[in-house]
Amino acid sequence: MTPLAVSIVAAIASVGLLLVVLDLIRRRRLRERYALLWLATGVVLLVLAIWRSGLNTIAAWVGVTGYPPAVLFAVAVLFILLVLLDYSTVISKLADQNTVLAQRIGLLEQRLREATRD
Amino acid sequence: MAEVAEAAPSTLDPRLTALRRVAIVPALNEQESIARVIDEIRAFDPGLEIVVVDDGSVDRTAAVAEQKGARVVRLPYNLGIGGSVQTGFRYAFDNGFRLAVRLDGDGQHDASELGKLLEPVLNDEADIAVGSRFLAPSAYRSSAPRRAGITILAKTVTMLVGRKVTDPTSGFQALNRHAIALFAADYPHDIPEVEAVLLTHKHRLRMIEVPVEMRERAGGRSSIGSLFAVYYMVKVLLALFVGLFRKNVTPLEDVQ
Repeated sequence: MTPLAVSIVAAIASVGLLLVVLDLIRRRRLRERYALLWLATGVVLLVLAIWRSGLNTIAAWVGVTGYPPAVLFAVAVLFILLVLLDYSTVISKLADQNTVLAQRIGLLEQRLREATRD
Repeated sequence: MAEVAEAAPSTLDPRLTALRRVAIVPALNEQESIARVIDEIRAFDPGLEIVVVDDGSVDRTAAVAEQKGARVVRLPYNLGIGGSVQTGFRYAFDNGFRLAVRLDGDGQHDASELGKLLEPVLNDEADIAVGSRFLAPSAYRSSAPRRAGITILAKTVTMLVGRKVTDPTSGFQALNRHAIALFAADYPHDIPEVEAVLLTHKHRLRMIEVPVEMRERAGGRSSIGSLFAVYYMVKVLLALFVGLFRKNVTPLEDVQ
C-alpha cells in the first residue's frame, strides 16, 4: 500500500504544477499549445496521487508489488519524456523556419543593395 | 565561333552561352581564396553570373567578393553548407537561371574543369553532373580516415540508389533547371551532398558522375574536424536510411 504521506506530497506537487502552468498561460508566458502536455502531466499525476486504490491496482497489473509509488515515478518520467520529445520537434521546426528566414533575408538584402547602389 | 564575344573563350559550347547561367559559390571565411575562385570562374566563362553566398564569415570574404564584382548574398548567421548552398539555388531559381554550377569558395574546385561537368547536362543526359575525385586515377590525396569515411558513404549510397556512386561528398556540380527547382525547395541540412544524392534519386532526376581533378584547399580550414566527422557519419547514415521513408517535397514550379 502507498504510504499516505507519499500520496499527500504527490498530490500537492501535482496541484502546484497545474497552478504554475495555468498561471504561465494567464500571463501569456506559455502558449496553450505547449501547456497542454504539462496540464495532462499534472492531471494524471494528481489522479494517481489521490486515487490510492487505483495506484495499487495499476501497480499490481504491471507487476510492481513491493512499492506502488514507483508507478507514480514511472508515469511522471514517461510524461517528462513526452514533453521533451515534443520540444525536440518544436526546436527542429523552429530551426527549419530560421533557416528559411535567414535565406530570405540574405536574398532580400542582396536585392536591396543592388537596387540602391547608384 | 571565335567572334561570339571578345571576352568569351572560343572553346565555349554555344549551347552553354545560349543559357542564363550562374555559379554558386558558398564561402565561409575564405578571404584568401575567394578572389582567385572568382577570377578562375570568369576565365572559364565570363558569362557566368557569380553568386557568392557568405555563410556568416567574420573576415573580409564578402567585401573581397563584392570588389571582384560578384553578387554577394550575406546570410545573417551561419547556416552550414547546406543552408548556404540552398540560398544559392533559391537565388538561381528566383532569377530564372537555366543552369547552375557549384564550386566551393576555398578553391579546391578547379573552374577549368567545369566544361567536363557541363557536357552531360548540356547534352541532356543528366539533370545533375557531379565531379568525382575517385572515378579515374587522380592526383588528389587525403587522409586515410577521410578516405575510409567517404568509402563507407559511397558504398551505402551506391546500395541505396542502385547505381555506382564514387564520390558522394563532392560539391563540385552542374545542374539544370529541374535540379535547381528541387534543391531550391528541399535541400539537406549541414553537409548536404550525400543526402542530396538520395534525394535526387527519389525524385527520379538523372545524376551522373564525371571524373575531375580537385586541388588541396588553397586557404582556410575544412569544415570537417575529426570528432565532428564521427558525428557527421552517424548523422548522414541516419538521414540516409530514414530518408528512404521520407515524404517527397514538391519542387518549386515556374509560374508562367
